[in-house]
Amino acid sequence: MTMDKSPQIDSHEKEVKVTLRIKRYNPEVDTRPRFQVYEVMLKPGDRVLDALHAVKWKLDGTLSFRRSCAHGVCGSDAMVINGENKLACVNLIRNVGTDLTIEPIRGLPVIKDLVVDMEPFFAQYRSVLPYLIANDDPGYKERLQSQDDRERYDDTTKCILCACCTTSCPVYWANDEYVGPAAIVNAHRFIFDSRDQAASERLDILNQKSGVWRCRTSFNCTEACPRGISVTKTIEEVKRAILYDRV
Amino acid sequence: MKVHYHSYDAVIVGAGGAGLRAAIEVAGKVKTAVITKLYPTRSHTGAAQGGMCAALANVEEDYWEWHAFDTVKGSDYLGDQDAIDIMCREAIDAVIDLEHFGMAFSRTPEGRIDQRRFGGHTRNHGEAPVRRSCYAADRTGHMILQTLYQQCVAREVNFFNEFQVFDIIFDESDGERRVSGVVAYELATGDIHVFATKGVLFATGGFGKMFKISSNAHTLTGDGPGLLFRKNIPMEDLEFYQFHPTGIYGFGILLSEAARGEGGILRNVHGERFMERVAPTVKDLAPRDMVARAIHAEIREGRGAGPDKDYVYLDLTHLPPEQIDAKLPDITDFARTYLGIEPKQQPIPIQPTAHYAMGGIPTNVEGEVIGDSNGTIIRGLYAAGECACVSVHGANRLGTNSLLDIVVFGKRGGHSMANYVSQTDHIDLRRGVEQDVLDRISAIKSATGGNKVSDIRTELQLTMTDNASVVRTAESLDAAITTINRLKEEYNNIHIDDKGEVFNYDLVEAMELGHLLDLAEAFVIGAQARKESRGAHWRDDYPTRDDANWMKHTLAYRDADGQVRLEYKDVISGRYEPMERKY
Ligand SMILES: Cc1cc2nc3c(=O)[nH]c(=O)nc-3n(C[C@H](O)[C@H](O)[C@H](O)COP(=O)(O)OP(=O)(O)OC[C@H]3O[C@@H](n4cnc5c(N)ncnc54)[C@H](O)[C@@H]3O)c2cc1C
Ligand code: SF4
Ligand code: SF4
Ligand code: FES
Repeated sequence: MTMDKSPQIDSHEKEVKVTLRIKRYNPEVDTRPRFQVYEVMLKPGDRVLDALHAVKWKLDGTLSFRRSCAHGVCGSDAMVINGENKLACVNLIRNVGTDLTIEPIRGLPVIKDLVVDMEPFFAQYRSVLPYLIANDDPGYKERLQSQDDRERYDDTTKCILCACCTTSCPVYWANDEYVGPAAIVNAHRFIFDSRDQAASERLDILNQKSGVWRCRTSFNCTEACPRGISVTKTIEEVKRAILYDRV
Repeated sequence: MKVHYHSYDAVIVGAGGAGLRAAIEVAGKVKTAVITKLYPTRSHTGAAQGGMCAALANVEEDYWEWHAFDTVKGSDYLGDQDAIDIMCREAIDAVIDLEHFGMAFSRTPEGRIDQRRFGGHTRNHGEAPVRRSCYAADRTGHMILQTLYQQCVAREVNFFNEFQVFDIIFDESDGERRVSGVVAYELATGDIHVFATKGVLFATGGFGKMFKISSNAHTLTGDGPGLLFRKNIPMEDLEFYQFHPTGIYGFGILLSEAARGEGGILRNVHGERFMERVAPTVKDLAPRDMVARAIHAEIREGRGAGPDKDYVYLDLTHLPPEQIDAKLPDITDFARTYLGIEPKQQPIPIQPTAHYAMGGIPTNVEGEVIGDSNGTIIRGLYAAGECACVSVHGANRLGTNSLLDIVVFGKRGGHSMANYVSQTDHIDLRRGVEQDVLDRISAIKSATGGNKVSDIRTELQLTMTDNASVVRTAESLDAAITTINRLKEEYNNIHIDDKGEVFNYDLVEAMELGHLLDLAEAFVIGAQARKESRGAHWRDDYPTRDDANWMKHTLAYRDADGQVRLEYKDVISGRYEPMERKY
């Protein structure tokens, strides 16, 4: 191998000033949300999550936000960053800029600062029977599944339940009865799994008035998904499965 | 702040792979609560990438005994062979169970579960690498976590999400220590919840946030081991901590060994494949402790890359792009996202990253916690997963053996807890068992000391990464313990900004830091005492394994006066006699 193309990573990158305008709300003192501005020094290669930590750890420990894995796999830190739903841990300052406006995701009740109540979201997830239902007894062996059949539902297995999609959906904002794209993605995961036998039950659930027909195909959800899932296409596939009774 | 009371037969603390697998076993049999500080699907099991080993022999000849041999050898003969046999034998059923639960494994052309190579896993006792790791692209842990959570939803398991356990209550009224409850803190309200229970299973995961460069989540702070340690439960083999060879430079984010299983190669600044020198047979697929040390040596001897010559490369550029997209999609995305490089064309800068705790809460193969070196079982107390030490990993865990450990021993622990609690009566909880937690919370909130939690934690992480990681010496460990002692004093003199009740993560981080400090102290004291090199514990001043004196497990206790005291217990031997570890 030639080492010409080997990347050189500069650990001494110069710090830049990052301004964060964060929408804050503390139910114990505030009557309504307010914006608070902070300035911190960070490297361009740092994450937005690092910026929030810099605020919390150096300037103001009262700021609350969820986070865990810090690399886009746990789904804890969905928030609105400069107007778009994103995970704070997969966006670098270099890419989002040094002027940041950060707000909680919309459509779920704010509890404190960037922390929203996730219970309605998970209740909608649970409502679509998000688990394998197969009544045959495979014995002590694995069920077989062809590579094509496995590929059929691969996209939707990537979901980390971050809620970026559902809380970017204008229909969901207007009507929280709508199960929302994340629940549909997780139904799709099983509807199109060749091992599953309960597709029709899930399709019945999604055919109700809170189901897929509310979707207006506006693609916000697809753009918001940090896992690159084709969310809208997924919803269209479920609609077609209901219409043509075919998976 | 309100106090609420609950009564359950069994409580599981933690909802990662181990906790959820236990829940599937317990729920439906006895009244069960699962308490978790994160929503279950946020647990760090979801970050696991490469796979889970089991000798299914779906793609080539393999036997669980070969898997057991590799695990014993990988453990540098500190693993307990009874437990290793059980794990490797039950691995096969564990994978089949997951498939039946709906896990989306990658498949062979015949539709069977596909398997790939992984570090330290060989055919016929070390002849050549073997395809043993069952996987789902490079998101195996994500799929396991989702699948287990889905099964818990199907079984209507009772979760207390975003409740953080702060204390365990023992009853000693009949002269013997018995579990009688746990005390948890509800993040959304700041309320305290006392759970009266006959059994508790801890599955709280690792403590990688003790180190600066780490593959672990911010929330992996060793809460379970930490709070038990304070209650005089010993910790086993804490000094054995795994550093994964390939963390993204500067971030520590993991690039799975699967990258090398698929053919990736490690290279130094000259482009040399240095693992050829170190492990001529298995090369880049040598066990992690060896590869991490080899990288350390390259860097120390001036063959590192970059302005500070402090990293080496993981080279995937020779792999077919379709293979990268199909088998390693996520980790190549991480390299693009965090370093802005294209792994199909450029090698990826990497450095070893703090990854996995081999040590932890001592248990037997039934998941029962062992309270001393005589094997005394603590009634009603169980542990499983990374927070536990069975010990199947000994001095060095093989890749893919932790996802295996969490499902095998999660299931076993759950099973034995369900049996125990259905044959036991409740113990009445004393009034006011929550008082200690209430006092600690108000002490932290009202403290006006000059030190910040984040400053202390940062300094702890620095000293551990600099002085107690891949390579250790008496001097480096002395430096670490001096710093830890000072930080413990500073910790008694902190303040926090947030005095509120609602989502007060400031308070939570202060509590978590206490555990990290306690465990780091025991870790370093164990490492100072162990004057040999074995597995992940490498002492430059004692560079050989010393079976005559040190083939034994460390047990660290925190005595009533706060001092750490060490005891030792024998390794459980078996079919495989210790021999030199060559690959
Ligand atoms: C990046 C990465 C990749 C990995 N890849 C592999 C791999 O390919 N193969 C393999 O075998 N192993 C792998 N491992 C190791 C393996 O994933 C972990 O060891 C394992 O998943 C740990 O599972 P667990 O259930 O013990 O803990 P976790 O999944 O970490 O779960 C811990 C749980 O405890 C809860 N908790 C913690 N403290 C408290 C408290 N005080 N109160 C209430 N709840 C609490 C949390 O909410 C969480 O639910 C990897 C690890 C990492 C970090
Ligand atoms: S495509 Fe449908 S679900 Fe997605 S944002 Fe638009 S309306 Fe909502
Ligand atoms: S579909 Fe994408 S955006 Fe929606 S919850 Fe899943 S991962 Fe998040
Ligand atoms: S912290 Fe886990 S997704 Fe961002």
